Amino acid sequence: MREHTIEGAQSVRPERISEIELTGFGVIEKPLSTTERLMNNGLLRKTLVLMFLAGIWEIYAVWLNNPLLFPTFSATVEAFFAGLISGKIILATWSSITVLLQGYAVGLAIAALFTAFASATRIGSDILETLTSMFNPLPSIALLPLAMIWFGLGEGSIIFVLIHAVLWAVALNTHAGFKAVSPTWRMVGKNYGLSNIAYVTKILIPGAFPSILTGMKIGWAFAWRTLIAAELVFGASSGSGGLGWYIFQNKNMLDIPNVFAGLLTVIIFGLLVENLIFKTVEKKTINRWGMQS
Amino acid sequence: MNASVSSASTQAPLLSVQGVTLRYRTKEHLVTATYRVSFDVLKSDRYVILGPSGCGKSTLLKAVGGFLNPVEGQIKLNNVEIHKPGPDRVMVFQEFDQLLPWKTVKQNVVFALTASGKLGRKEAEERAMHYIDKVNLTGFADSLPHTLSGGMKQRVAIARGMAMEPEILLMDEPFAALDALTRGKMQEELLQLWEDTKFTVLFVTHSIPEAVRIGSRILLLSPHPGQVRAELNCHGIDTVSPTGQPLAKHIEELLFHDHERIAHA
Repeated sequence: MREHTIEGAQSVRPERISEIELTGFGVIEKPLSTTERLMNNGLLRKTLVLMFLAGIWEIYAVWLNNPLLFPTFSATVEAFFAGLISGKIILATWSSITVLLQGYAVGLAIAALFTAFASATRIGSDILETLTSMFNPLPSIALLPLAMIWFGLGEGSIIFVLIHAVLWAVALNTHAGFKAVSPTWRMVGKNYGLSNIAYVTKILIPGAFPSILTGMKIGWAFAWRTLIAAELVFGASSGSGGLGWYIFQNKNMLDIPNVFAGLLTVIIFGLLVENLIFKTVEKKTINRWGMQS
Repeated sequence: MNASVSSASTQAPLLSVQGVTLRYRTKEHLVTATYRVSFDVLKSDRYVILGPSGCGKSTLLKAVGGFLNPVEGQIKLNNVEIHKPGPDRVMVFQEFDQLLPWKTVKQNVVFALTASGKLGRKEAEERAMHYIDKVNLTGFADSLPHTLSGGMKQRVAIARGMAMEPEILLMDEPFAALDALTRGKMQEELLQLWEDTKFTVLFVTHSIPEAVRIGSRILLLSPHPGQVRAELNCHGIDTVSPTGQPLAKHIEELLFHDHERIAHA
């Protein structure tokens, strides 16, 4: 250590140089406690939320004591399992899902075509933006009467409205995602001389993936609601009815626990798809890439 | 100085920029970025374009990259006019997001090599690892970009550019977004890499010390629109120029003198 004094100035503070310690810091890194680790598990937290909601349901229904208006959670679960065992719910779900997947897949394919056209040309982009702002706010179910005139009372009509439900949400998000792809990535892609197709598949699609995934989730949800609503209006199509029909039919017979069981199936399915499929895709892609935390 | 110019002039330029005027359109204006800029880059040059912001240096580099065509004049690489981007002129950008986040360090480099059809998968991987090793990131080859620091990302970008073994490497203020300590280290490493392979680099910067340290020749641009103010030789250290001043000081004077002249006009 040295000390200097400058004449006329106040005494200068001493400088100092110290050695860095290499050991003996106490805790640098220690594992979290079991409770902390358990609470970091998203699945567990969500299960707790679900259990809490089921609890409220049960308590309210018992207090209301009117099974015709609002059956208890346990009665609903009972009806649900009875439906599973008799195979009625499974059949209805299967019937819904096959229609849903067809509509969803065709919707995605058309959205891909639209977006490709929109990103390739300016007029394409104008067309897509105009069509989206026209049709996206239009409830799919409002098209059902028209679809029934055009395509008859079969699956065709339902698939038509499903496509309408999926197409605009997915196209809108994908197009927005493409537009938001960083100009640096675009230049990188051009710099390495990518062909047009490689440019889309290797730069634009992964770059816009967060938006594409959001679009697909919204599209999936829209498709579900449209399907159930259409089945409620429509009844059985081509022999076997879907979940919407199951709900409608049981309502007509005032078998309310079964109505709730049908609704519960829709809810369970939504939870499963969101948490198993979309969450897994998210984890493997945008979370891993650091594009979304 | 004269001697070096005459000996160099016997060598055909690798990149020749002749009377290039660049304009680009914003939503409201037509901006002239550079006005009749000419210069030659020889093989193994560390050619630095230096100027204050608004002198069109980045735009000029983009034009060399082929992302923008000049409205006047021409840019030739090996005597062939440049019209579009290509893997013979690889860009290293300032932005950290130039790495594709969905690819690991190694995949980013391999992608560049295979996408351009330069190499097959196997050779590409070998060469990628060679250059990743050169920038001291072998241990991070399988890491994803978002887990790296800014300096490491820029090193990967440099490795990716160098792995392409382009005719000329275009660097657009690659160290500008780094902290001062890292920047100094990266400049050192870049010079070391140059010693190893003697690649040709066109380097854009607004930092006088960086230009003096990196460059073997410095092109000084004045702002609004960019015009050539001077073209100076440099030897990596702050040498005393013929005017009797250190180079950095000389450059500063050239730039400030400009400002005064414009202010008085």
